[in-house]
Amino acid sequence: MSTRLQKGGRLIDRNRAVEFTFNGKRLRGFQGDTLAAALLANDQMLVGRSFKYHRPRGMIASGAEEPNALVNLGQGARLEPNARATTTEVFDGLTATSQNHWPTLEFDIGVINNALARFLPAGFYYKTFIHPRAAWKHVFEPIIRQSAGLGKAPKTADADRYEHAYAFCDILIAGGGVAGLQAALIAAASGARVMVLEQTATWGGRAPVDGDVIDGMPADEWVKNALEALGKMKNVSIRLRCMVAGSYDHGYVLADENIADHSPGDGRPKHRLWRIRTGRIIAATGALERPLAFAGNDIPGVMLASAVRDYVVNHGVSAGDRTVLVTNNDDAYRTAIALHQAGLQVPLIVDARANVTGDLPDQARAMGIRITSGRAIVKVKGAKRVTGVSIGLQAGEGAVLEEIACDVVAMSGGWSPVVHLFSHCGGKLLWDEAQAHFRPDATRPPTGQDGTAMVFAAGAANGELQADRALADAGGVAREIIREMGLKSETNLAKAEVVSEAAMEPVWVMPQGANTKLRTKMWLDFQNDVKVSDVQLAAREGYASVEHTKRYTTLGMATDQGKLSNINGLAVLAGALNDKIPNVGTTTFRPPYTPVPLGALAGESRGDIFQPLRRTPMHGWHETNGAYLEPVGLWRRAYCYPRAGESHDQAVHREILNTRANVGLLDASTLGKIVVKGPDAGRFLDMLYTNVMSNLGIGKCRYGLMCNEQGFLSDDGVVVRLSEDSWLCHTTTGGAERIHGWMEDWLQCEWWDWQVYCANVTEQYAQIAVAGPRARDLLDRLGGMDLSKDALPFMAFAEGTLAGLPVRVHRISFSGELSYEIAVPASHGLALWENLMAAGADLGVMPYGTEAMHVMRAEKGFIMMGDETDGTVIPQDLNLGWAISKKKADYLGKRGQERTYLARSDRFKLAGFETLDGSVIPDGSYIVAEGFNANGQRNTQGRVTSTYHSPTLGKGIAMGLIRGGLDRLGEVVEFNTLPSGTVKAKVVDPVFYDKEGEKQNV
Amino acid sequence: MSDPVSAMGHARYDGFAMVREIGPLGMISLRAKPEVKGLAKAVKAAVGLAVPAPRRIVATADKAVGWMSPDEYLLVLPYAQTGAAMAAIASAMGADHHLAAVVSDARAVFDVTGAKADQVLRKLCPVDFDALAPGELRRTRAAQVAAAFWAIDDGFRVVCFRSVAGYMLGLLTQSAQPGSELG
Repeated sequence: MSTRLQKGGRLIDRNRAVEFTFNGKRLRGFQGDTLAAALLANDQMLVGRSFKYHRPRGMIASGAEEPNALVNLGQGARLEPNARATTTEVFDGLTATSQNHWPTLEFDIGVINNALARFLPAGFYYKTFIHPRAAWKHVFEPIIRQSAGLGKAPKTADADRYEHAYAFCDILIAGGGVAGLQAALIAAASGARVMVLEQTATWGGRAPVDGDVIDGMPADEWVKNALEALGKMKNVSIRLRCMVAGSYDHGYVLADENIADHSPGDGRPKHRLWRIRTGRIIAATGALERPLAFAGNDIPGVMLASAVRDYVVNHGVSAGDRTVLVTNNDDAYRTAIALHQAGLQVPLIVDARANVTGDLPDQARAMGIRITSGRAIVKVKGAKRVTGVSIGLQAGEGAVLEEIACDVVAMSGGWSPVVHLFSHCGGKLLWDEAQAHFRPDATRPPTGQDGTAMVFAAGAANGELQADRALADAGGVAREIIREMGLKSETNLAKAEVVSEAAMEPVWVMPQGANTKLRTKMWLDFQNDVKVSDVQLAAREGYASVEHTKRYTTLGMATDQGKLSNINGLAVLAGALNDKIPNVGTTTFRPPYTPVPLGALAGESRGDIFQPLRRTPMHGWHETNGAYLEPVGLWRRAYCYPRAGESHDQAVHREILNTRANVGLLDASTLGKIVVKGPDAGRFLDMLYTNVMSNLGIGKCRYGLMCNEQGFLSDDGVVVRLSEDSWLCHTTTGGAERIHGWMEDWLQCEWWDWQVYCANVTEQYAQIAVAGPRARDLLDRLGGMDLSKDALPFMAFAEGTLAGLPVRVHRISFSGELSYEIAVPASHGLALWENLMAAGADLGVMPYGTEAMHVMRAEKGFIMMGDETDGTVIPQDLNLGWAISKKKADYLGKRGQERTYLARSDRFKLAGFETLDGSVIPDGSYIVAEGFNANGQRNTQGRVTSTYHSPTLGKGIAMGLIRGGLDRLGEVVEFNTLPSGTVKAKVVDPVFYDKEGEKQNV
Repeated sequence: MSDPVSAMGHARYDGFAMVREIGPLGMISLRAKPEVKGLAKAVKAAVGLAVPAPRRIVATADKAVGWMSPDEYLLVLPYAQTGAAMAAIASAMGADHHLAAVVSDARAVFDVTGAKADQVLRKLCPVDFDALAPGELRRTRAAQVAAAFWAIDDGFRVVCFRSVAGYMLGLLTQSAQPGSELG
């Protein structure tokens, strides 16, 4: 039985009871409890099932290292799987359910795996891949899928919100135990900017539980004073519930702040991800106690000695009435003492060491607790709960000397420093023989950009496990950092009372000569069900590297990332390989230290602000008027404006026919617009474009092509000569930022001495294409400018006012109709659009979308970047030789185009295609050729690049690239269709509509 | 002529700080090298202020000039005055190589005000606010988009591209929600 004690519990408030449920059972806890503590107080030791064998699992730890007590927390839109009960603060209304069991936690059918354990050895998973081949797909995978896995992913969107925040400091201290606070006091007194982050909800770490005395006062009081002092300093920021997840290059640190896990729905963000840039990091992250490997060490009731102590001292919760302590070190005796003081029984302390001499064992002896040295637990008895232990010789093979009834086994195999933050960026560890653990090697730290140490471990994280030494170490580290920064700190070092502890003795297998039967019951990784026998099997099967063994056995690969199992596992591996532990080494520590919710990583990026959508000034009008929007980069453009009962195709066809018959409006605001100005601007544009722009007359427009250095087409658009020394270059929608960057690149890096400036004014203007035979009539109605053929001929522009708005009107056409593209300051864009719609009502004005624009340009044989081009096409392929200047000495791409492969005559070139039956060639079709290639695929001689039904012509039209291009006019070729077959099409001129260009030139 | 319309119609949100879209504000992008003789005269003629030092902005009640890059300045002035200012710049710069472009309409402007205004931006911009110099014009990003800001009375003025004004308003609103104060 685990239960709440009458007295004690330094963290709980007995006046504030909270109600919560576990698997539907209503239970009571106190404010200040963790869920694990509250469950134990209600005698709920069994909380889950293991991953592979579905063995019953209870709490083993009291903090972040917990492998077993994982629950589904909350429900519906607030369901969080794999929440650690040991770090979850209990609150009124909390609901938790256990995981990985079927049908119930108490009776689980999957435990059958347990009986089959000898058929599920290390590497079982990989072995199932091999033979027989079919077994994986039909037998193993379905079974493994059914029985494996812990929490279930939530099915509904997360109801909570999350955010990021940025912070900067000189010294970041991870860990708010006494070492962290000592370092903070010294660092802060220097005036440096200090952040102290503590992952739990309380300051002080283990010291208050362990009864440490600092500067003559109980640790709790010293901690309180330290926080008061830090709170008064403006250069210090401190945060609880903020887990430092990882340290990265250049002093970058990620920390996950849990704001509202314990107060869901109170309007605050659930978590906040801190993105911190710091000068130095002090990892005062403490140490974790290690389990001991003895048979049955996974049975609920077997716990870490420190956890048993934590529950009694912090929460006033007893894990059971009779606790057998098993240890290889003196520290664990604190648990026996704490239990005794709480009025609980410790029938026996089993110490693996031959001689037990320290102060703490003496205290335990004085209390009348029996200690037996040189002994081991041979086996734990019980199934869902410990009922007793068998004791034998540690040096023996497992012969039982005595049996003791108990309901808790508190174990301690020594302590491992939490070296994660030191290791994330490459800090090296050394093996400490005396304490049998890896600790940071201060001579090989992770270094910053200046080559000096970036992360420093302090206190228990640095292997200084006792309070007096931890404080001295943390103070020393802080002073060293301050000195290196050229600062001074006058603060005194705090001193803790010395409690002398005798040396520990490493114990990796208990008893050391245990037979196979016992070893198959000794758990190393409690969550993933990896046992001593599995690691030894891996060694026998040839796995020598600790990294390979980890993956083969899945040791340390569970959600706890081997916090408890890592060292024990590699020690067992070293034993099996007959090698030394430092030679075998440890696996790589990687961020995050404990799991970070995906929501916290996403931060604000969800819903409406998942990504920055770009909207034109008329965007709202398009939405209001039923436009179907399509993404064009981050822009959303109107694809078409379907009316009630219309399909998109029908809408597109209506918009085209109306534009060709009356007048249409296109929102062309997204087109790139870059002003280029300066004495060398003409020369610059002559280099950028394949044709000549320097001789363009003021007030005139010219279509131009840009290539990259390789000669491939990169962008196109209309260039406008604004004045003697300034041009306006229109780019494609997608090219605006890219071409602006391209221009700056050449100006800043290559032609830095040319006098040219450019400015991206894309968003300064809304741009509206007014196209159709009635375009001029419509514009005349707005009034303010003479837009007649003589006043504004084709490929000219003029500035003036229309409807009282300042505009620049370009007489250019991408539809083949009489067309004006009108640029107006964006703040007037909507006004101009609405003016045009109102003024043109009786002229039949209608908006048209991007698809109508695409089809109309295809009817005219105009190319489209990204359709006719794909990064491998040169202007000559598209019969655009006329836009390539023969006079110019150079332009970007000229040399590339002279390469033999691009200059040869049999490249795929542009032509038009008309199917013989009038159908539309499928998108992506190839023009098939005779025979097959080496891969058995049909040979090809070209491909379609644009293909539409032309409502104007009433049939399918297409452009495409074909070997020989227009030389093959009149030939009939075959395009492949899906799922099989071909469609015949004639090679034709790609200009299908108004070949003479009369319509745009009226 | 109809009044110019800002992107978000002066939307506002009252959270733990106040978020308010203002504008359209007159803005001119002026590119010239600092050593060009006419520059100081042009800036003076356009907004009545001196050329700012690198990374700084100088401002009066309704005008400002900020340093954007080694050869780029941002002039801020009432929307209706850009035409006159452009003429003044052209005349002061004369033949000196430069480029001036009105960019008033290409931008959206938000004022974030209140005692904790900085906390709204600390969530979005990778900027060390405690190291921000007086009169600093900070070009940075807000979450996924380019942004610039400078201190005004009781807060900050944030500028971004007009097309992403809705995104910026969303960011500022989310970040200013009561209960999410950083401290």
